[in-house]
Amino acid sequence: MADGSAASASKGLLRFLTCGSVDDGKSTLIGRLLYEAKQIYEDQLATLERDSKKHGTTGEEIDFALLVDGLEAERQQGITIDVAYRFFSSANRSFIVADTPGHEQYTRNMATGASNSDASVILIDARKGVLPQTKRHSFICSMFGIRHVIVAVNKMDMMNFNQRVFDEIVAEYLAFAAELGFESITPIPLSARYGDNVFERSARTTWYTGPTLIEQLESIDAEASLEEQPFRLHVQWVNRPDQSFRGYSGTVASGRVKPGDLLAVAASGKKSKVKRLVTFDGDLAVASAGDAVTVELEDEIDIMRGDILAEAQARPEVIDQFAAQVLWMGEQALFPGRPYLMKIGARYLPAQVTELKHKIDVNTLEHLAGKSLSLNEIGECNLSVAAPVAIDPFVENPHTGAFILIDRFTNGTVGAGVVLHGLRRATNIHFQELSVDRAARERLSGHRAGVLWFTGLSGAGKSTIANIVERELHQRGVRSYLLDGDNVRHGLNRDLGFTDADRVENIRRVGEVAKLMVDSGTLVLASFISPFRAERQMVRELFGEGDFLEIFVDVPLDTAIERDPKGLYAKAKRGEIKNFTGLDSPYEPPQKAELRLDTGALSPEEAARSVIAELERRGLI
Amino acid sequence: MSRLSEHLKRLEAESIEIIREVAAEFEKPVMLYSIGKDSGVMLHLARKAFYPSRPPFPLLHVDTLWKFRAMIEHRDRIAADYGFDLLVHTNPEGVERGINPIASGSSLHTQVMKTEALKQALDKYGFDAAFGGARRDEEKSRAKERVFSFRSAGHVWDPRNQRPELWRLYNTRISKGESIRVFPLSNWTELDIWEYTAAEEIPIVPLYLAAPRPVVFRDGMLIMRDDDRMPLLEGEVEEVRMVRFRSLGCYPLSAAVESDASSLEQIIAELKGSTTSERQGRLIDSDEAASMEKKKREGYF
Repeated sequence: MADGSAASASKGLLRFLTCGSVDDGKSTLIGRLLYEAKQIYEDQLATLERDSKKHGTTGEEIDFALLVDGLEAERQQGITIDVAYRFFSSANRSFIVADTPGHEQYTRNMATGASNSDASVILIDARKGVLPQTKRHSFICSMFGIRHVIVAVNKMDMMNFNQRVFDEIVAEYLAFAAELGFESITPIPLSARYGDNVFERSARTTWYTGPTLIEQLESIDAEASLEEQPFRLHVQWVNRPDQSFRGYSGTVASGRVKPGDLLAVAASGKKSKVKRLVTFDGDLAVASAGDAVTVELEDEIDIMRGDILAEAQARPEVIDQFAAQVLWMGEQALFPGRPYLMKIGARYLPAQVTELKHKIDVNTLEHLAGKSLSLNEIGECNLSVAAPVAIDPFVENPHTGAFILIDRFTNGTVGAGVVLHGLRRATNIHFQELSVDRAARERLSGHRAGVLWFTGLSGAGKSTIANIVERELHQRGVRSYLLDGDNVRHGLNRDLGFTDADRVENIRRVGEVAKLMVDSGTLVLASFISPFRAERQMVRELFGEGDFLEIFVDVPLDTAIERDPKGLYAKAKRGEIKNFTGLDSPYEPPQKAELRLDTGALSPEEAARSVIAELERRGLI
Repeated sequence: MSRLSEHLKRLEAESIEIIREVAAEFEKPVMLYSIGKDSGVMLHLARKAFYPSRPPFPLLHVDTLWKFRAMIEHRDRIAADYGFDLLVHTNPEGVERGINPIASGSSLHTQVMKTEALKQALDKYGFDAAFGGARRDEEKSRAKERVFSFRSAGHVWDPRNQRPELWRLYNTRISKGESIRVFPLSNWTELDIWEYTAAEEIPIVPLYLAAPRPVVFRDGMLIMRDDDRMPLLEGEVEEVRMVRFRSLGCYPLSAAVESDASSLEQIIAELKGSTTSERQGRLIDSDEAASMEKKKREGYF
């Protein structure tokens, strides 16, 4: 430890995570590290001894895992649920360690830890060898850009520190990890419980000549080469204290910048030179990756929060479609076509997966076909965003190549993605400017176009009411068309079934058809169960304000079952139809429908009259 | 500029990024100001984050009426010197009910005068994001909390269902009535705070530095009688000792430690050799191991 602490001190902070399968001893290892690093205070040790007797799993000995499992539920169940961050220093370096959960159901919390780490300690229980979670976590580490891995073969004390056990596990792991592209993989035999090869070289593994865990952690080179990448800065906040100053505040994501450098706004291509790099502590001569600064430019150009300032000669790609790997973290599956909100850099924008190319089996790294991504699954997707964004491949720049997906209803973070490459398709298909437009067609028809979207349970009366409404419209000379769920499924959507994924695609196609018809000047009536809020919202967003009327044909489930005009409920109850809305597939009622028809109380004719009245009130007819 | 170590420069930049993100995304943020050393650093970082503009949010101090007098003086001086808008809120119902840390006990006092008072103030002004100076190294349940910590409409924290927080892509989306607590100092340690405070010459409450002060020995803790609202118990004698505080709160609930460290340099040296944690002197924590999590779920910072 005495050798050159000054030299190693310049290595700076190392952030790493511990991961691996449940019960491999991650929390115990961190407890051990904290203990050996004298980071556990007397009062904490007293609490620990008390807690060990109450909840511990180690008999009379101190259970180090209780130091890090900080949540009540964790201590009671003896498992780690969420990532915990701990701090310690050795003689030569300071560390932040993320202790991440091993259970598959908490993979998203493991991913949280991995995304903010420079290195990873993957634990393997010497008694059990390489497990599915070992592989899953290794894959996520690689996907999220971790370059250095330490394979800690733990609980060697229970295998008598047998070298052959260690060698076999290491060989199996290396064979699996060969394709994951880590820069370094360092296997270490250890016992977290007794401290062998953690801080102290173990006398029980004389056959092992490699570094101890702490030696390896001290030597890892954490500084990614971001400073050598082209300059990028996400504008977080436009800084305007008064008329005399306008600056762009943000953290340098990569590269270096100095006054006089020519920068471009990635999205607009507008250029200007750097006038000053302003900070509270005075202007800087140069700012580099990781520095939080405020950039003042020579010229007044239009720049907003979310824009990327980039080196003019080496700009990121600006594109609205790209390929990415996505880790799904939502309880509800990801479906292609369903709208989400993407956060990338300092920007939020609507996004959807246009194609799930394949799922990845993390055990074999094989590609699997699939129509949706469930919780904790990983897939390669094409995504489309509502406006062009500046991106770099994640491997070149994690700050401009990573994104999260957010559920638009719950606001939960449901996906994490890394950009593989841009897709040039959309840029080559320019919209045709057409000289006869919708307004012209509406003038010819003498009424406005729009969509009446009837949603509700099977048997609620959607098609019956829509039919009466259309007859009335026709008599008044309104150009109309009725898109009916059953009919569309015989033609356009003949290839689709009734899984959640197919229901989403069914509605997406109908929405697009309705959009073309509205553009042709037609008043469209669409009668679809359309059980999911997200898809109705997706269709709504295809249309302008006031063009889309959601009509909730509301009936109690019991009444619908009693009516059962097509005998479908009866069939479903006999198990002849799967995924039947209302029975074994949910219906999410609208929260803000333009019109609600209570068909328990209204006759179909009365309901149709209120639709017509609503159309008149809104000036559509 | 070069007086900061690489390590502190990284922490500083990271915190500034977090603070800017909140200002850019939320309609009505507020910075909780507890007058302690962590608040001091947080305030300093806020000034840096927006320079040459002023931070676009006010400060909020939840006053339990039992803070050390030196803390209140420090608070008013700092707000005036830096030109911050300072809001002070005290729970009026608590005052009416005569809640206080001595007669009511630490846990009721904290619940009513801190947790409830904080929720009242956040609701009263309609703040949708609130900065707090908590650090992950302080306590086990804090170590588990996100930088952007989501609260439901009733200010409730659900530790089992936190949003994954990947890279620095903080999810700031909330619905009406919900809010976010933001902890820009999550990755700082107590030592980082002191080294930064020294390097940046941030003003601190003098109670952090050792001086001869009148204290009584009660329940194994050294308590400083800051005024005569705290009566001496039978057999207790007030004596002058050389003490300082590692953590400041309500004076009857904040224990002093015996120390000769009367400068920041000496505090840092003392801390490097310390064998006890900083929250050891917080009487409100010692009820049970999970007490902080419980308080946090109810809305405590």
